[in-house]
Amino acid sequence: MHPAWSLLLFTTLAGTAQGLLLALAVASWLLPLPTGFLLGAIALAEVLLTAGLLASFFHLGQKGRAWRAAAMWRTSWMSREVIILPLLMAWVALWWLAIAMDVSPTVLRVLSALVVVGTFALWYCTAMIYACLRFLQEWAHPLTVVNFTLLGMSSGSVLLCALSSLAGQNDLLQSLQFWALGSTLLAWFMRRQALRRNARLSPTSTLQSATGIQNPNLVQKSMGMSAGSFNTREFFHGATAQTVRRMPYVFQILLFALPLLLVAALGAHSAMAWILAVLLQFAGLLAERWVFFAQARHPQNLFYQTVS
Amino acid sequence: MIQWLKDLLQSPPQSLSPGWAQADGGGRADPIDTETPTLARQLALVIDLNVCVGCHACVTACKQWNTSGMAGPLSDVNPYASEPTGTFFNRVQTYEAGTFPNTDTVHFPKSCLHCEDPPCVPVCPTGASYKRKEDGIVLVDADKCIGCKYCAWACPYGAREFDDASGVMTKCTLCVDRIHDKLLPEADRKPACVKACPTNARLFGDVKDPNSEVSLAIRDRGGYALMPEWETKPANMYLPRRITPAAVGPEAQTPGEISSNRV
Repeated sequence: MHPAWSLLLFTTLAGTAQGLLLALAVASWLLPLPTGFLLGAIALAEVLLTAGLLASFFHLGQKGRAWRAAAMWRTSWMSREVIILPLLMAWVALWWLAIAMDVSPTVLRVLSALVVVGTFALWYCTAMIYACLRFLQEWAHPLTVVNFTLLGMSSGSVLLCALSSLAGQNDLLQSLQFWALGSTLLAWFMRRQALRRNARLSPTSTLQSATGIQNPNLVQKSMGMSAGSFNTREFFHGATAQTVRRMPYVFQILLFALPLLLVAALGAHSAMAWILAVLLQFAGLLAERWVFFAQARHPQNLFYQTVS
Repeated sequence: MIQWLKDLLQSPPQSLSPGWAQADGGGRADPIDTETPTLARQLALVIDLNVCVGCHACVTACKQWNTSGMAGPLSDVNPYASEPTGTFFNRVQTYEAGTFPNTDTVHFPKSCLHCEDPPCVPVCPTGASYKRKEDGIVLVDADKCIGCKYCAWACPYGAREFDDASGVMTKCTLCVDRIHDKLLPEADRKPACVKACPTNARLFGDVKDPNSEVSLAIRDRGGYALMPEWETKPANMYLPRRITPAAVGPEAQTPGEISSNRV
């Protein structure tokens, strides 16, 4: 599949925001957090969610009609995502307001619990958009949901570590570093499982099943046009085989290995280590999402092999 | 906004009894029937690979009719430059089976198969993609489509093409604006591609009617579906190529042997 920038940015920005919100909500239950810090961090998450939402609009051919996408929530995971995302943004805004207005702790707990539910629901809906397409075999697996969730948890908590080290929140950083490092390690392990699974997959559809011509020696001589079409643009990544082979290593180094090494080398109290980790991880996340799309082999590609 | 709310409120899970054939039901954002009951009617094409000569007349006839009809315009980008591209509902591809010199060239027209269980329909977030209950045609409501392209991802056949100029998804309509048009002579109430085919390689009709031309062709000549492994139940079927041996010469076969030689 073609990795579209709009979708790479949307899924990575929103995923990081969700991970940040989850870590913040859990931290707010366990530790006393200064109001100013909490408000700043929640606002940053909301900004990231908004940026992700804006990026997703660039994927649409008719942006002005985007509101219609909420209609088919009974059958479409995309529709469900379109409902959950603004809902989560509203809950985050309410949570921020409630903290700013210093309302009772019970209300804060309810709102932060809603935010936690929203983060998981959004991860689930976003991942199911891909995982529900049964003939995209690289995507149609629970690992897709697991990895969207874990990668968001990892990048969001590393971001919160960076924020707390900058703000001198040493108590928070002390407990949070284990959450950040643990989720990063777990995300690495599970993402490797998906890579291994993809490497072992053999496509169910063949040129024979696609055309019904049962000769084992079957080749396409013409896809029916002399240049490209939507079919050749949307479903092919357009990169060289070498790039596709190398990118999994690139994202594993940027997303997992280097951030872990940095924190180990410079120490968990070094703001520099966490800030660099955030930057490296975001580049790594984009590369990871690129691989997620590029590795998915759409069966329609069988019909578009030869130009002549 | 109001229409969307109305659609949402007015669409309870529908009981799908055989008596639902309402003529205007197509345009509404109905909930998708995932149980897929059997349709009373399913219009479809049957493509005869044995006689298709790969002339692309169906491609140009389709483009002409649909670019000037209710589904159009089907935009072209750089039509006269080095990288021409554009929106088509129908393509003719060419395959070669076998090893030289015993090869067989098969021309393979490909358009939307109007699946009985279309995977492109339930994924649509707006309800713009729908399958008509009265005749089984899978259509896109161009006024509701937001151009997210998710339905194209959900089609294993690559049957849908996004139109960059209009920003919405397009696909074969089985010439829905033609086949039901009472103003046309009855012989012309067929998809443009069927009318254009010089070798009669494209048959059109109701595959649910056991005595229709298409049903008979499927039954008698081993009509098959593409990618049966995904259980989309395509309505369009293909008739296989059969080797026609030379009538003279040392290897001439008797007619009885011919029918077993499916490529």
